Amino acid sequence: MVDMLCEVLGHKPLTEVYWELDIAAPDIAEQARPGQFVHVRVPGLEAVSLRRPFSIFGAEGGTLKILYKNVGRGTAEMTRLSAGDRLQVIGPLGNGFPLCAEGVPVLVAGGYGVAPLFFLAGRLERKGVVLIGGRTAADILARDDFERIGWRVQVATQDGSLGTEGLVTDLLDKELAGVCAEGDAAEFFACGPEGMLRAVGERAVAAGLRGWLSLDKRMVCGVGACLACVQKLRRADGSTWIGRVCHDGPVFEAREIVW
Amino acid sequence: MVDVASQKIDMAVDLGGIRMRNPVTVASGTFGYGQEYAGLVDVTRLGAITVKGIRLGEWAGNPLPRHVEVPGGMLNAIGLQGPGVEGFAREYMPFLRSTGVPVIVNIWGTDENEYAEVARRLSDVEGVSGLELNISCPNVKEGGNAFGTDPRTVAALVAAVRRATKLPLIPKLAPNVPDIKVFVRAAQDAGADALSMINTLPAMAIDIESKRPILANKVGGLSGSAIHPVAVKLVWEAAKVAQVPILAMGGIMGPEQAIEFMLAGAAAVAVGTANFIDPSVSLRVIDGIEAYMRRHGMGSLRELTGAVVCD
Repeated sequence: MVDMLCEVLGHKPLTEVYWELDIAAPDIAEQARPGQFVHVRVPGLEAVSLRRPFSIFGAEGGTLKILYKNVGRGTAEMTRLSAGDRLQVIGPLGNGFPLCAEGVPVLVAGGYGVAPLFFLAGRLERKGVVLIGGRTAADILARDDFERIGWRVQVATQDGSLGTEGLVTDLLDKELAGVCAEGDAAEFFACGPEGMLRAVGERAVAAGLRGWLSLDKRMVCGVGACLACVQKLRRADGSTWIGRVCHDGPVFEAREIVW
Repeated sequence: MVDVASQKIDMAVDLGGIRMRNPVTVASGTFGYGQEYAGLVDVTRLGAITVKGIRLGEWAGNPLPRHVEVPGGMLNAIGLQGPGVEGFAREYMPFLRSTGVPVIVNIWGTDENEYAEVARRLSDVEGVSGLELNISCPNVKEGGNAFGTDPRTVAALVAAVRRATKLPLIPKLAPNVPDIKVFVRAAQDAGADALSMINTLPAMAIDIESKRPILANKVGGLSGSAIHPVAVKLVWEAAKVAQVPILAMGGIMGPEQAIEFMLAGAAAVAVGTANFIDPSVSLRVIDGIEAYMRRHGMGSLRELTGAVVCD
């Protein structure tokens, strides 16, 4: 974990609201594991704004990639960044996903939840399938990126504008049936809205499979000090405790989470 | 002419019996138990480490959302989640002791007896340098701000803790009172060794679309730049009657606000919300105070504390 000033190498809109930001962050990129995040001081708002956490979309050759959605004051300000600008970044933070799956890895992404899962797809020992869901076609990101590295991609949109009409968990049910029919095991890795994560987790538990869920909570310190982003969790012995999503997570196994 | 560049500057301060090598600590709740930031900041350079508030037993705190960003700062309603005295001593004191930096433990309870018992038990924990009494937290229903806004309760509480420990006692005063001087006198007459001020200001934010309060606790405490001028005025008022040193906090974002507090009468300062934005800010504040003193030909903090000029 370091706090470093990073130069923007590239910054481009992927759609009307989603952006990809590439920064030079050799120390962070070298240490980063899929599922970890960085905590960014938003340029232009340094004096008045809290940091913003972003999943790591990619980390190679000293370059760190962030995929983000323009959702508020902080991210709106970030869209103004261009090559050569600098921003202060703490990272890598959090625990990350495990890198070996039992059986077929099934990645389940909601919206910009594809970000840590794309990084994961490139590092997992075995290739599998990625299920991407969104409200409309405009919310489906990184589809080609996954295909380029040899992953099978299934898409669901709620309005039917791309892929299957419905929820990404509908795709998951079909995929699960297929995997089971072939007598194979599977392991889930998911990132997206809480409702989706919960639904993926329920399916993992019901099927007796492991499900790794990356929680997206609003954070303040990012390092486990302030206790703003906590989650009630269950230990193997059934006792409960309050974990910090930024420090003890953001990735938890489905059985650990007390919703 | 004095050679200011090579002049030796004494940054040490005695905060009611806590010997700090410089006047800068961190505000309770903004720096965890020190170890969370140790990978990013050289915490051994701090004048003291003030840890998150603890009570006798474990405490779960409030539901989420526990915070919201607002113009000029943030609201929080963490609700004093913590490991209790035993858990704190076991899990966090080994690291804190290893820093060699004085440790100020923020304590709270739901009644006088609990405060006294926490103080008594912490007196036996090696490495605890002093106790900050949280009598002004806006985020817990029992105790908290209700204690801090009645001078008789403040006096009784400080006296009860005083009887329970020889550790330096630093009551943290509530800002939302009509006359801070009444509370300063109440606390110091009851045996306070120093005073900490200010706690966050009780505050609220509403989501206009859902028409609901943003915080699950409905109300929270405002911190950050927005409260700094309020805090400076309260420290300045308090310093007029305080016979014990003042530890000032509220919206320190860099050295300038810390120096302002010291000019107003503070002996030491605590950096709070700014830690979340820049974990190294406390070290910048230390260096900035020293540079200011050098620039103004001050050799020790006594020349800075209370040096505001009011003609």
